[in-house]
Amino acid sequence: MIQYIKNIWAGLSSTFIGMRITWKHLFVKKVTIQYPDERFKLPEKARNRLYLEMSRCNGCNSCAIACPVNCITVETIRVSPDDPHQEVHYNGKDRKLWVSRYDIDFAKCCYCGLCTAVCPSEAIQHTTEYEYSVYNRESLLYKFQTLTPEQVKEKERLLAEFRAIEKVCHPEGDAKPAEKKVVDKKTE
Amino acid sequence: MENVNFLYDLLGKNVISVLLIVSLPLMFVLVYALIAILAELKVSAWIQERLGPMRTGPWGILQPIAEVVKLIQKEDITPDRSSKLLYNLAPFIIFTGAYAAFAVIPFSEYFVPAGINLGLFYIFAVGSISAIGIVMGGWASNNKYSLMGAMRSVAQLISYEIPAAMAVLSIVVLASTMNMQEINKIQSGWFWNWFIFGGPGTLAKLWVIPFTLGLGLIYFISSLAETNRVPFDIPEGESELVAGFHTEYSGMKFAMFFFAEYANMFVVAAVLTTIFLGGWNSPFGDFMQGPFWGVFWFVSKAFTVVLVQIWIRWTLPRFRVDQLMYIGWKVLLPLSFICFMAVSLYVMLK
Repeated sequence: MIQYIKNIWAGLSSTFIGMRITWKHLFVKKVTIQYPDERFKLPEKARNRLYLEMSRCNGCNSCAIACPVNCITVETIRVSPDDPHQEVHYNGKDRKLWVSRYDIDFAKCCYCGLCTAVCPSEAIQHTTEYEYSVYNRESLLYKFQTLTPEQVKEKERLLAEFRAIEKVCHPEGDAKPAEKKVVDKKTE
Repeated sequence: MENVNFLYDLLGKNVISVLLIVSLPLMFVLVYALIAILAELKVSAWIQERLGPMRTGPWGILQPIAEVVKLIQKEDITPDRSSKLLYNLAPFIIFTGAYAAFAVIPFSEYFVPAGINLGLFYIFAVGSISAIGIVMGGWASNNKYSLMGAMRSVAQLISYEIPAAMAVLSIVVLASTMNMQEINKIQSGWFWNWFIFGGPGTLAKLWVIPFTLGLGLIYFISSLAETNRVPFDIPEGESELVAGFHTEYSGMKFAMFFFAEYANMFVVAAVLTTIFLGGWNSPFGDFMQGPFWGVFWFVSKAFTVVLVQIWIRWTLPRFRVDQLMYIGWKVLLPLSFICFMAVSLYVMLK
């Protein structure tokens, strides 16, 4: 009998305790952030969409090598000395390689930040942009090259011409290392 | 004694006034249900430290209208193997049961749709209609979850009807009338004349106050069970029975169930207000007392009770079936008998 009354009392009192707690929570400051109207302040080192500053990129390909998911594709063309179009890097040195293709596939990117860590010239950086949802995966393939396809073709042609001239003038120059390799392989 | 009804006084007893009297509570229920749905959304959100709906209208106050429009647009599905007639009839029977109780609810000194002398008895009689509707809907759906929900619901309604009836009977003993308008008139004056505080009387009533308070609590708990609300919502326990007896319903028929639940909530809150909280009487004597203030006091008291129901819903978890039966038969029923005896003794000695 005493247990019965105790049980009733426990049930009632715990209900009132619970109601007091929920009553307090009615007036607590709400945690909701009304997203499109107000936003989180991003952390200082937040890793979001990548951006490549082409004037800083020297085409060294280390970002593509560092990338664990192979989402970066880099293709380069050597700058021909005869090219009337020459560029100067941020540090005052001449550009050695034209970056003919620099693709980042954000559908693959895992935002690990390794590419930004290895970049020697801080050309690839994380931005604060995180709202870039699209309707198809192809739209997530970002192309950062600044050269047009016509320009790329022009550069390739100029380089090929330069190589041809060099071969005629200095036959032992560029061709030598390649020959050496062949010889090495034969001897082994 | 003849009850005063302002519409009969204004228009005379003809078809128009009768139609108006019948439809006025319906207008009220429609508006009330929208407000109660919004209150449910907002209170649940605030208790969980969310903001709730914010984008439909300023502060999301148009959200219930959006939800009703959505429900009207939805496809009305009737299961292939269901009993079509009963299946389609059930939501309307449930709502009829809920709405029929409004006939005797005194909104004001000058407005009660039907001031019959057996008001409280009538409320209990029509309250059982919704149980029939629930069984009908659950059985006709031809779905095991629906049937189980319906069976649980009926077991619960039968168990909790008795303590609720005992609580109401005790007040009938105190007031010696079943006419709800008369019960309200007895409680006029300051709030200590309310039946939850023992009704009007001398200081000798002090010893009966704990019993009447207990009766109020018993009636409130049983009314939660009768409206199938948390913590007594095992008929529609989402985690066990999908949605209980209305699993198969969609569109407008589901809206009718929803609507009936909120109408039922108001009915039990109104009964609680009438028999325990003084109905349309002002709590402060003659201050703000009158026919128009009566509507204000009645609706605000009843809505406060509805808010407490919502508050409890977001506080307590659901009972197990055995716990439900334990509380109904072993706790509430004996306690209501004890309170009934005490109140009867008090009335005899008075």
